[in-house]
Amino acid sequence: MRDTFKMSEIILNIDGLKTYFFTEAGVVQAVDGISFNLRKGESLGLVGESGSGKTVTALSVLRIVPRPGKIVEGKIEFNGHDLLKKTEEEMRKMRGSEIAIIFQDPSSSLNPVYTIKSQLGDVISAHQSLSKEQVEEKVIELLRLVGLPDAETRMHEYPHQFSGGMKQRVAIARALTLEPKLLFADEPTTNLDVTIQAQVLDLLNDLKKKLGMSLVMITHDMGIIAELTARIVVLYAGRVCEIARTHDLFELPRHPYTAALLAAVPRLDMRKTLRVIPGNIPNLIEPPSGCRFHPRCDFATEACSKMVPVLEEVGPDHFVACHEWRNISLKGERTSRE
Amino acid sequence: MKKEIGVVHAVDNISFDIRKQETFGLVGESGCGKTTTARLILNLIEPTSGEVLFQGENVYEKIKSPNTQEKLRFRRKMQLIFQNPYGSLDPRMTVFDIISEPFLIHKHIPKKEWKEQVYKLLNLVGLEEYHAERYPHEFSGGQRQRICIARALAVQPEFLIADEPVSSLDVSIRAQILNLLGKLQKEIGLTYLYISHDLSSVRQISHRVAVMYLGEIVELAATDELFEKPLHPYTVALIQAVPIPDPKTKRLKIILPGEVPSPINPPVGCRFQPRCPYAKECREETPKLMDAGGGHLVACHRAFAR
Repeated sequence: MRDTFKMSEIILNIDGLKTYFFTEAGVVQAVDGISFNLRKGESLGLVGESGSGKTVTALSVLRIVPRPGKIVEGKIEFNGHDLLKKTEEEMRKMRGSEIAIIFQDPSSSLNPVYTIKSQLGDVISAHQSLSKEQVEEKVIELLRLVGLPDAETRMHEYPHQFSGGMKQRVAIARALTLEPKLLFADEPTTNLDVTIQAQVLDLLNDLKKKLGMSLVMITHDMGIIAELTARIVVLYAGRVCEIARTHDLFELPRHPYTAALLAAVPRLDMRKTLRVIPGNIPNLIEPPSGCRFHPRCDFATEACSKMVPVLEEVGPDHFVACHEWRNISLKGERTSRE
Repeated sequence: MKKEIGVVHAVDNISFDIRKQETFGLVGESGCGKTTTARLILNLIEPTSGEVLFQGENVYEKIKSPNTQEKLRFRRKMQLIFQNPYGSLDPRMTVFDIISEPFLIHKHIPKKEWKEQVYKLLNLVGLEEYHAERYPHEFSGGQRQRICIARALAVQPEFLIADEPVSSLDVSIRAQILNLLGKLQKEIGLTYLYISHDLSSVRQISHRVAVMYLGEIVELAATDELFEKPLHPYTVALIQAVPIPDPKTKRLKIILPGEVPSPINPPVGCRFQPRCPYAKECREETPKLMDAGGGHLVACHRAFAR
């Protein structure tokens, strides 16, 4: 993909990634030729509905795709290293220290039988040789960083003694233990209440600035994306539909799916007619031919069912995979009081 | 539109009424008592004290009635749809059996009309007749929620409680279900209690909204009034906590400190005071839900001090 930025500024480059799941029912093409890149210090949004391949993309970068999934094709470059050529041992060293991930459900990603101190301490000791006291100090420092009150006492407690929001803070602290350069946040606030979600999003944003990390925010919530990211990659059924700067994507979406998604989301600041996207998310064992969105698309032509659209540059930093983009005009999201 | 179809005194001394053919939204965070309120209305759990009136009749007395016919007749008027359409459909029953099961129990439709009625219900919720012979696992989440709605409508209810009906669905499917609920209200004159933690969908669908915090109603007003002129500091914080899907909108952010306290031992006075940025002598006295003008109810000392 052509890019206006120099290669040196790119921290992650994914090119033609295909990750399939070889199940008894058939081959699930969960990620089918995804390409995008991430710049140093950037917040990138990875948006899509369930089954769009958001999480599998993140798992592929960390090379922790669960069986029967396998990366079958493509290239993942991180800081100039080809991650798919690394040995398992080399990858293990990178996980946590270079690239980290936080998951949706902190209750299942923290071990219930260990104290918070031992879970965070283990990560530190696995990568650095520090004395017991130094490890403890570091744990306290991390818990303070994520705003856990009374860290000295609470680090001796177990996950079940924490609320959902606090558990997610602990999970964030654990992900940041080794100061990774790249953080994947996979729906980090979906399980949390709105007021707690606001706290956690604020924290992530602060930490990203403080630590100079690059962040990939995976979510289906267009509100979080609008607020937290600078650029967005829209996924549908395992492929990229559109890549654009956040502002441009909301103002002038070029892919019919992006526009439809924006029109389908209710807004708190105004009442609007919700546009419905007809049909359902396709089955990825036998995905639709050509453009995978064509059976649900208002603008589909015969070509859309036959040829797979490729990403085309339609403006600065703006790419779209749609045969019809030149012939259609789409409406973006109107601003509050127009 | 003045006829009351229900008056509740439940959870922790909450009272509200729902008007005929309106959508009444109930919002709040987890543990605030939204779902308990729904279960109390349907008498799925019994209240410690208080009563629920439906069309002027006491729900508990009716449902405890020894006359089974009378009890079933009453049950038919109120129905519930749940959040999780995966857990609320029996995987071993066909859609036909699922939707016709209420006919079997309530015996209000003669057997020879079942097929016709099931097809009618399927059409009403946007499904096809051939779907009747299929099993729940053959459907997507959105379609399953349509089946749940069809089943609820099988007894021709007047009042439907929808407890987080779109929360487990994908974004593109949520709009389909919200629009379907709106269409059904217009076509068959349903009244809804719409329960959700998602303020955007509540604003989209409701005529009036009540905000709950820790078992109490803290504010109740017409939808636009509530979202545009919120009076309770908790409502304000709740609204400001929701990210707006528009990068040009810069929302004012008041990030609420702390978390919802335990309902086992709630704070004294106003239950929100430990987290409230304006709390003064709010520990002393519990604020009552009072009219601040034009039917906009709020339980906050500050709202009336000015």
